[in-house]
Amino acid sequence: MLLIHCPYCDETLPEAEFAYAGEAHIARPADPMALSDEEWRDFLFIRSNPRGTHYERWRHVHGCGRFFNAVRDTVSDRFVTTYRAGEPRPDLSASTGAAR
Amino acid sequence: MTVHLPPLAEAGVTLTELPPAARFSLRLRPANRKAAAKGLGVALPERVGGIAEGKGRRALCLGPDEWQIDAAPGDTPDLPADLPHALVEITDREITFRIEGPRAMELLSIGIARDLRRLVPGTGCRTAFDGISAVLVREGEVAFTLAVWRSFAPHVRGVLEVGLRELASGL
Repeated sequence: MLLIHCPYCDETLPEAEFAYAGEAHIARPADPMALSDEEWRDFLFIRSNPRGTHYERWRHVHGCGRFFNAVRDTVSDRFVTTYRAGEPRPDLSASTGAAR
Repeated sequence: MTVHLPPLAEAGVTLTELPPAARFSLRLRPANRKAAAKGLGVALPERVGGIAEGKGRRALCLGPDEWQIDAAPGDTPDLPADLPHALVEITDREITFRIEGPRAMELLSIGIARDLRRLVPGTGCRTAFDGISAVLVREGEVAFTLAVWRSFAPHVRGVLEVGLRELASGL
């Protein structure tokens, strides 16, 4: 089972308490009416789906209930870091790559 | 054929359903925490999992802006209306089980994936028991209370009773 660090509870807890919530850092356009159909489609459905480092949202649903962001390697499933919702993407060069 | 089951007393842990007591869910902005604590007569812990007691009430911090207030039956805390908050009575929502005995942690581990040894006595958390949201409090070294929503209680009791039976049989 994956162990995920909740930045609000400040504890590393089993995956069973968390729910995945899609890719992170996707801002809703401020004025949807100004967008073309293609741009609106891209906002709604088109995701990066990378092989490797992925910025994604998780929710500590059986816990504090908070959404937060995580950086996960989609190949190894290793969590590089987690951080609170609303914070900018972390500088990954600072993380040593050591497994938690 | 007769099946001889060992008495459950040999499980080294007891399972009891606690009588209902008043319980409230309190949501408010962390900035208003101190003002609300003054109104309630009990401190509101800042750290998730923290418990504070006072004035016959107990506050358990479940999230950065969420607390569970336990009180005596009939006690109805209220807060000043000019303090933005949501205080909802949830007394009837949950059934609370008390699990006590040297093997309590072993029994709970059949449904809880979290490392229970790291839950310090006198703290609590919301966690998942067999996939169900449950509020777990470590009341003492070998005593826990587990509160689940009423409709899940028969299932949770069933899972725990099977576990008791297994522990008593030495499985």
